[in-house]
Amino acid sequence: MPLFQKLSDLKNEDFASPWANDGKSRLYTENLSLSIHGNRILKNISVELPCNKITCIVGPSGCGKSTLLKTFNRLIDMTEGVKISGNVFLGNENIVKAGFDDLTEIRRRIGLVPQRPCPLPMSIYGNIAYGCKIHGVRKRRELNRIVVKYLNEVGLWNEVKNRLRSPAVGLSIGQQQRLCLARSLAVEPEYILADEATSALDPQSSKIVEDLFVRLKEKYSIVMVTHTLHQAMRIADYVIFIYMGEIIETGTADEVFHHPKHELTKNYLSGVFS
Amino acid sequence: MLSWRLAKEKVMSGVMFFITCASLLLVVAMGIGLCLRSSPILSEISLWDILSANEWKPAKNQFGFFPFIMGTVCVTGISIVLALPVSLFTALFLTEYSHSQVRKFVYPVLDILAALPSVIYGVWGTLIVVPWISGWLAPRFVSEYTSGYTVLAAGTVLAIMILPLLVSMFVEIFSTVPGEMREAAYALGSTRWQLSRRVVMKKSLPGIFATVVLAVSRALGETIAVLMVCGNLPQVPRSLFDACYPLPALIANNYGEMMSMPLYEAALMLAAAILFIVVLLFNLLSRIILKRVED
Repeated sequence: MPLFQKLSDLKNEDFASPWANDGKSRLYTENLSLSIHGNRILKNISVELPCNKITCIVGPSGCGKSTLLKTFNRLIDMTEGVKISGNVFLGNENIVKAGFDDLTEIRRRIGLVPQRPCPLPMSIYGNIAYGCKIHGVRKRRELNRIVVKYLNEVGLWNEVKNRLRSPAVGLSIGQQQRLCLARSLAVEPEYILADEATSALDPQSSKIVEDLFVRLKEKYSIVMVTHTLHQAMRIADYVIFIYMGEIIETGTADEVFHHPKHELTKNYLSGVFS
Repeated sequence: MLSWRLAKEKVMSGVMFFITCASLLLVVAMGIGLCLRSSPILSEISLWDILSANEWKPAKNQFGFFPFIMGTVCVTGISIVLALPVSLFTALFLTEYSHSQVRKFVYPVLDILAALPSVIYGVWGTLIVVPWISGWLAPRFVSEYTSGYTVLAAGTVLAIMILPLLVSMFVEIFSTVPGEMREAAYALGSTRWQLSRRVVMKKSLPGIFATVVLAVSRALGETIAVLMVCGNLPQVPRSLFDACYPLPALIANNYGEMMSMPLYEAALMLAAAILFIVVLLFNLLSRIILKRVED
């Protein structure tokens, strides 16, 4: 490759990953409880999030869905007054007990797609390369390949290949959300957490992101918090229903949506509360 | 009853409008006053000659501002160079690293430091900084004796004076970086330093620039504390250990003694007018940048 090759001429090639993930580490919790300033938000949660599936966490507003999601990558630490007990494991790593040094690696292995797209204050290229740079990938050629690969993966390459050095905030909201997804994928996580990732998008962009999740589950395990039951019914393989900080029911999408066992699940699905 | 209520409303809004206009007009009036009072010297000597001349001999009608301008620039420059990294790191520590209990303690302390009268900083500079420079620092760098009343002493005292202002403004600017942006960077595995350097500071760059401009305008006009430690010698400082004489100190030291010399008052008024215009421009520039940041 010439030293000053135009970025837009780069091809999507396969290349050796800078990280050694087998992609099969299990993410699961054991008796996880969490309180904020003494208020119990999560109560005794023990659940496993299956690999290479889309797991949807559903439940009424304020039930603790997003808190549970933020506990998986310990972003909940940014909230004041948090106390956690129990365990969250990613493979052999206990996320709850991890020190700050271990956390940076754990967070690389668990990506996040935020509720509202939030590009970092840099170019489109810079956003994708950021995660790799902070984890020590320095070679320009390798970074170029990563940027091309993951922009292709989220179907954004053809739309942005001629303006990779433009600020990422110039993209449409839907494109920004796909950029955020590509940014998470670029550090090759095993799990992807999506916190109502389509709620700020228009229906068309929302459909694109949903389809992406369905396609990406072959390589990644996706955990999605959603408020939209229809969305969960469309894409979920596995469902966790939470109510007042407790897991009421878990199972395959078919089991939970079509043959719910618990009265609360039935009421939630029939719209008695939301 | 109703009409009385409405009449009061009209009178009060009129009074408040008048008071607001009066305070705005005061700034304009001060500017015009300074320009008018400095016009006699400008009709005899060109502005460029005054700004570029080295000689300050009022008795011989020689009013060279160059040493004073250089004194002001050097003192302000040193203060910004010293205060900027310290205030940036302090603000980053407070916003990105520290516990909320630390912030609760430090913010009021910063407010107190910002509110201290500048004469206290001047006294502190005279008692601590000046002897430290003359007794400890200068002998390590220069062979000849220095009294300690130097451009470095003035810059150091000024740096400490503007530090609370800089820290408070940086904290405010860093706090405007959206929480989602921090979450996004942390979620990728950023350390706090990587987040601070590549996201928080990058996002805040225009705000940092505006704050520095505002701090420069504050430093340019600072008089008492600088006057007490700068040495007050009208010379262009050649090293950090030379005395200097900034413009505000010139005005404060000499106003009232110039009655017998016809152009002396006009020269001091010109110095004040230059300061006034420069500080006004720096403030305006800072506000324009901050407004853009907010938008």
